[in-house]
Amino acid sequence: MRRLLLSVVLAFVLISLGVAVYSAAPEPIIIGCNLEMTGQVAAYGQAAWEGINIAMQIVKPEALGRPVEFRLLDNKSDKIDTANASSRLIEKDNVSAIIGPMISGSMLSAGEVCEKKEVPIIGPTTTNPLTTQGKKYVFRACFIDPFQATIAATYCYRDLNAKTAAILSDISNDYCVALGNFFKQEFERLGGEIVSLTYCKAGDQDYSAQLTGIKNKNPDIIYIPNYYTEAALAVVQARDLGLKQPVFGADGIATEEFLAIGGKAVEGVMHTTFWHEKAAQSELSKKYVELYRQKYGADDEVNVFGALAADCYLIVLDAIKRAGSADPKAVALAIEDTKDLQVITGSVTIENGDAIKPVVFREVKNGKWDYKTMVNP
Amino acid sequence: MSLETFIQQLTNGVSLGSLYALIAIGYTMVYGILRLINFAHSDIFMVGAYFAFYLIAVFRLPWLLSAILAVALTACVGMTIDRVAYRPVRNAPRISALITAVGVSFFLENLGLVTVGARPKPFQRPELMAKVVRIGPAAISGVSIWVPILSIGLVIILLYVIYRTKLGMAMRSVATDIDTTRLMGVNVDTVISYTFAIGSALAAAGGIMWACKYPQINPLMGIYPGWKAFTAAVVGGIGNITGAMIGGFLIGLIEIMAVAMFPSLSGYRDGIIFGLLLVFLLVRPTGILGETLKEKV
Repeated sequence: MRRLLLSVVLAFVLISLGVAVYSAAPEPIIIGCNLEMTGQVAAYGQAAWEGINIAMQIVKPEALGRPVEFRLLDNKSDKIDTANASSRLIEKDNVSAIIGPMISGSMLSAGEVCEKKEVPIIGPTTTNPLTTQGKKYVFRACFIDPFQATIAATYCYRDLNAKTAAILSDISNDYCVALGNFFKQEFERLGGEIVSLTYCKAGDQDYSAQLTGIKNKNPDIIYIPNYYTEAALAVVQARDLGLKQPVFGADGIATEEFLAIGGKAVEGVMHTTFWHEKAAQSELSKKYVELYRQKYGADDEVNVFGALAADCYLIVLDAIKRAGSADPKAVALAIEDTKDLQVITGSVTIENGDAIKPVVFREVKNGKWDYKTMVNP
Repeated sequence: MSLETFIQQLTNGVSLGSLYALIAIGYTMVYGILRLINFAHSDIFMVGAYFAFYLIAVFRLPWLLSAILAVALTACVGMTIDRVAYRPVRNAPRISALITAVGVSFFLENLGLVTVGARPKPFQRPELMAKVVRIGPAAISGVSIWVPILSIGLVIILLYVIYRTKLGMAMRSVATDIDTTRLMGVNVDTVISYTFAIGSALAAAGGIMWACKYPQINPLMGIYPGWKAFTAAVVGGIGNITGAMIGGFLIGLIEIMAVAMFPSLSGYRDGIIFGLLLVFLLVRPTGILGETLKEKV
């Protein structure tokens, strides 16, 4: 009995001590990170997390005199898991805002949850126009797909002089299907012809049947707006089958995995993306590139997905400061008001949830991404 | 479809089918002997590919040696899995073993995610496998020539082991009746251990060949090929090694031809194959070559 009493008293003392210490420090502001750490597009989520951590070295995670903390959840690149992760971040962790997911299909499901709970969510690279449409709490830090695909189609038609094109897109991802459609619309509007429109599915590894069909149609160019693994495997198999046409991709292939898996086969592949370190002009971008190189080696490509996620961190942090409160509703209003904010990839203005950003063209040369040009909106 | 395209598609189908066949053989062999659908087979396939990857990339061993070592190492992994996960439930109801197999499958996938990471790794293809040969109008990569040869060769060796050796006799005996076999003085656990070793070695061979054809590996790479091979095993008659071979080629050909004939439906190729699995399970559950079984898992 005495021992029981003693332990109860001891427990009380410890708890009250803990509470005392805890209440002395200001309560942290929590930002949720809902990222693809595993699954089909694990490279995006992992790069994003790296980017956020580097940005935290540049701009201290502090706002309103309170520390800012991150809660990272893995959404497994899955639509349902992404929605669940958002619910958990909102209900259990009381986050002020959520960064991620990286891909549009997942944002469509997570956005639904955040809209209902009135908590802002910002996707670093969720390019599909539908993700933010008609929503007050869903944002993005990148351009939208109609813009990227229109510019790609115009470039293929005018600069590469392609009159016929084939499209191979991933039917299980909203992003890929929509990009294929936008490309088709613009390419046909310009007077070109889509001779083959075929599909694959996330996780597919064999594309020989679709590519043989494309080979039979002999187009001037092949547009593959898929994620990196699928796109790399498709290009490798296209070259194995003897297809020599230039291949054009979208922002989804901007990972080192694409270059490593593709090897020699992806030489000359072009794509549209958000940013390139050579387009980095501001002090902030230079600092970011420097810190990235310090951490990941001098030869490493500075990952675009990481840079965009770092942008999101800066946008959210700035919004909390301007809102003067960590209340999700106030933060959402402040994000919408973002104007000419200096971030890693340049300056950003947000309108109707969308960031106004230029498109960058790159080409694979000697196993590296080579900067070609930049097109402003 | 022009003749040229048709021949190329046929080549594509045989090439994919032979890979499915290679995986399906191991699936079906373990089932034939233990009446256990080893769902972990597709993850052992992944483990084999990773062993080969690390032996080549980290230890810088020559390709062929790495492949052989990887197969041997994976066989050991298979035996370990049997010892740790399956032996304790050997006398439990069959459904327990099945659930254990699913558990092992998830365990291996997640262990892979934690240890090697979720991001895909580029698999280095040897020149022999990567080289593209042109036969008439068709372009065939080296791996597509070697895999059918390897698959058929392995089937012949496997049939020899099962029907012409003492170990094979013990295996067939275990397949018929475990208790009686034990009463006859056969060490049943050793026999089953060897069964898993052979099955896992086959899975590893499949994994390495798969990685040569589709040069990326990730911890979840086995899932879809595994399901397709499982379908092939069922279509061919699960438990029947020749059947698995035929089923594999058939599934590969159907998959490619479905996409070739209906390019607009190419996103649904998995649906077509799994639809076929359903049809077979409803209409002819014993498959093309399978014998009638009294009990099914």
